[in-house]
Amino acid sequence: VTVDRLQFSLLITFHYLFPILTMGLALMMAWLKTVSFLGRENHRFPLFRKTEEEREHYEQAAVFWAKIFAVNFAVGVVTGIPMEFQFGTNWAQFSNYAGGVIGQTLAMEGVFAFFAESIFLGIFLAGRKRVSAFTHWIAALFVFVGSWLSGFFIIATNAWMQHPVAYSGHGKQVQLDSFWKLLTNPWVGWQYAHNMSGAAITGAFVLAAMGAFFLLLGKHTEFAKISVRVGVVAALIFCTLQIFPTGDRAAHNTAHMQPSSFAAMEGLFKTERGAPLVIIGNPNTEQRRLDSTIAMPHFLSFLTSHNWNEELKGLNDIPTNQWPDSVPLVYYAYHIMVGLGTILVAIAGLAVLLLWRGKLYENKAMLWALMLAFPFTYIANIAGWVTAETGRQPWVIFGLLRTKDAASPASSVPAGTGIFTMLGFAGLYLFVGILYLMLIVRIVGRGPEDPELPTTGAASAAGAMGAEASA
Amino acid sequence: MTTAWFCFLAVMITMYVILDGFDLGVGALHLWVGRTSKEREQATAAIGPVWSGNEVWLIAGGGVLFLAFPTAYASAFSGLYFGLIIVLWLLVGRGLALELRHQIDHPLWEAACDAVFCLASAALALVFGVALGNVVRGVPLQANGYFSLPLFNILNWYALLIGVFGLVVLSAHGANFLSWRGVGPPAERAHLAARKLAWLEAVLFVALIWPTYHVRDEMLTNLTDHPWRLIFPALAVGSLIAMFVLQRAGQWFRAFMASSLFIVGLLTTMAAGLYPNLLPAHDGHPYSLTVHNAATGHHALVTAIVWWPLGMVLAGVYFVFAYRMFFRSEEEPKMGTS
Repeated sequence: VTVDRLQFSLLITFHYLFPILTMGLALMMAWLKTVSFLGRENHRFPLFRKTEEEREHYEQAAVFWAKIFAVNFAVGVVTGIPMEFQFGTNWAQFSNYAGGVIGQTLAMEGVFAFFAESIFLGIFLAGRKRVSAFTHWIAALFVFVGSWLSGFFIIATNAWMQHPVAYSGHGKQVQLDSFWKLLTNPWVGWQYAHNMSGAAITGAFVLAAMGAFFLLLGKHTEFAKISVRVGVVAALIFCTLQIFPTGDRAAHNTAHMQPSSFAAMEGLFKTERGAPLVIIGNPNTEQRRLDSTIAMPHFLSFLTSHNWNEELKGLNDIPTNQWPDSVPLVYYAYHIMVGLGTILVAIAGLAVLLLWRGKLYENKAMLWALMLAFPFTYIANIAGWVTAETGRQPWVIFGLLRTKDAASPASSVPAGTGIFTMLGFAGLYLFVGILYLMLIVRIVGRGPEDPELPTTGAASAAGAMGAEASA
Repeated sequence: MTTAWFCFLAVMITMYVILDGFDLGVGALHLWVGRTSKEREQATAAIGPVWSGNEVWLIAGGGVLFLAFPTAYASAFSGLYFGLIIVLWLLVGRGLALELRHQIDHPLWEAACDAVFCLASAALALVFGVALGNVVRGVPLQANGYFSLPLFNILNWYALLIGVFGLVVLSAHGANFLSWRGVGPPAERAHLAARKLAWLEAVLFVALIWPTYHVRDEMLTNLTDHPWRLIFPALAVGSLIAMFVLQRAGQWFRAFMASSLFIVGLLTTMAAGLYPNLLPAHDGHPYSLTVHNAATGHHALVTAIVWWPLGMVLAGVYFVFAYRMFFRSEEEPKMGTS
């Protein structure tokens, strides 16, 4: 089981680095394309009032981001296919147990999201030379909708594991009782909003970082200004949404539906009225206390229930066999997410303030900060998922199936086999990661003025070939 | 209801094999069909915009198996562990080689990508055949519904034969596709390859009848007991003959369609021979997984039967739209919704 857990966490962490940007960037690209397509000098909607020249710059920006998107998407797809297989290969007992319920959402992801996403990305990347401006715009919108739908079905699946609903049957297998209740699981809404907003933050900060980089270099200024502007405004909007209402509500759900996870996140050992909000502190599981804490008294109770003296359940009142197997991991992952989130809000807020005062593009210090901030959005996103997934332990399906009973039976997949394949994946992914960085550096080096959309390259060559064939 | 889902699963797998089948076939052949880097690029260009969409059928097919028959999904994926992990690695390597070839303009890089793409495509065609061969042959299922096949037992003689047949069928399929889509010398070479591979395909098809009967006699008796099911092998034979005729006539689009129908015939014959088994047990083991004991609850199947066709119609519309756009030609071929 340990090997299977290591393998899954390695695969999912590496995989998720890519969808974060795919989903975030899909939104940003859809916005750039929409402005470029709908923009007019006398548009009713002030944000769409653009001159012909500005629209060209938006189009150019969309094309540049499409190149990065394409590489990112390809890696996301090839690292994503193993995820579906992992359920069967390494987690056969889980699949057997829960497939009747979560098979619905996972199959829907394939049928409703992946087909749309892959086909319309193919059309989008084939470029404006092959399709009309309208089709190109619609394709961008479909790529966005497809990638966000895909996110929804994954979150709906995960939500069921966090808070199982709409099932019947115990013991060997569970069965679906209500499709509607599965999709409207009370856990789903806020977790989805929180997660997607997190992805949008990454998209926004990546945009801003690229723009800041080019501004600091003094190259491609028009493109850079659009990227910085759209990036910082989107960053502020989504950072705010990330904290309130989505983060607040998601935490509220955790407190009520997974008290053990919540107590571990907050490092709350003693059940108390008016629990403090710990800003800094080191959980000491052996002594069951937090060391070197800075805390705000009563704040945790207030944030959770809007009542300063609400009683919150601590880990001491939860049997240890229901504790997450690493309380410190849950605690630190959560605090890293919150801490980085706070820093990101501050950066985005300051940047928007400078933008509003018209000083952002000249402010070197701010541009440096924007350029270097984007990796923290990845860390915060991953830390959020680590919190959710390790907080749910020792259950794979909260309250229903323990993780140790979920892996493939040792009779069919011995632990040694799992170690071998994990090493194989580690090696393969190391190579994929290096290749990815190399390609991104290359695209950035060529800059946004390189008009070519060589994405599948194959796509452009197909154009040439089709032309030849018809000639 | 479970029978309907058995049919849907067969449809998904068939669609995957037809669509990604020509991608794999092109991949396996492109080193020979294209002699220069430019020609090879032309060969892969024909599948460039559509391969990822085609591959989604595999994901969606896995989704259908997971959704409707979770017990079979769990059992097959854990039992054929090594086979599947190898498939994954090959899929990763193949996808990257195809997508990233054009990112770096250097002859060595292109050569390396071409080689990986070719090897991974050919190996995938082989491994998929091996997997199907194992399903037909049966696996050593235990009372708990699981089994284990170490790597060398996955590669048993019958499965390897089917694997080779799979490689030949998909290569022929890819050659027909390139004959239809290609231009210039690569297309000429593809014509030649398609004709030769068609013979090999026919010989193996006939040669495999006896071994199949030997490993699982139900594969034939199941057909003869329900004579209407003989439609499926008849379709395979008919389309194989049609493919020969159309290749002679130089009608490559139709030959490609015949090749697709041949694959439909093969896979439906297999499904008809297996039904009601999903994952039959090997000789002497009584614990076969069937559409009855591996299916999930009724509500899930009924619900999904509402949304699933809707999703398929949408996917069909996207595919027709995209294929029309990418493969625009005098014939205005329609694909993806057969």
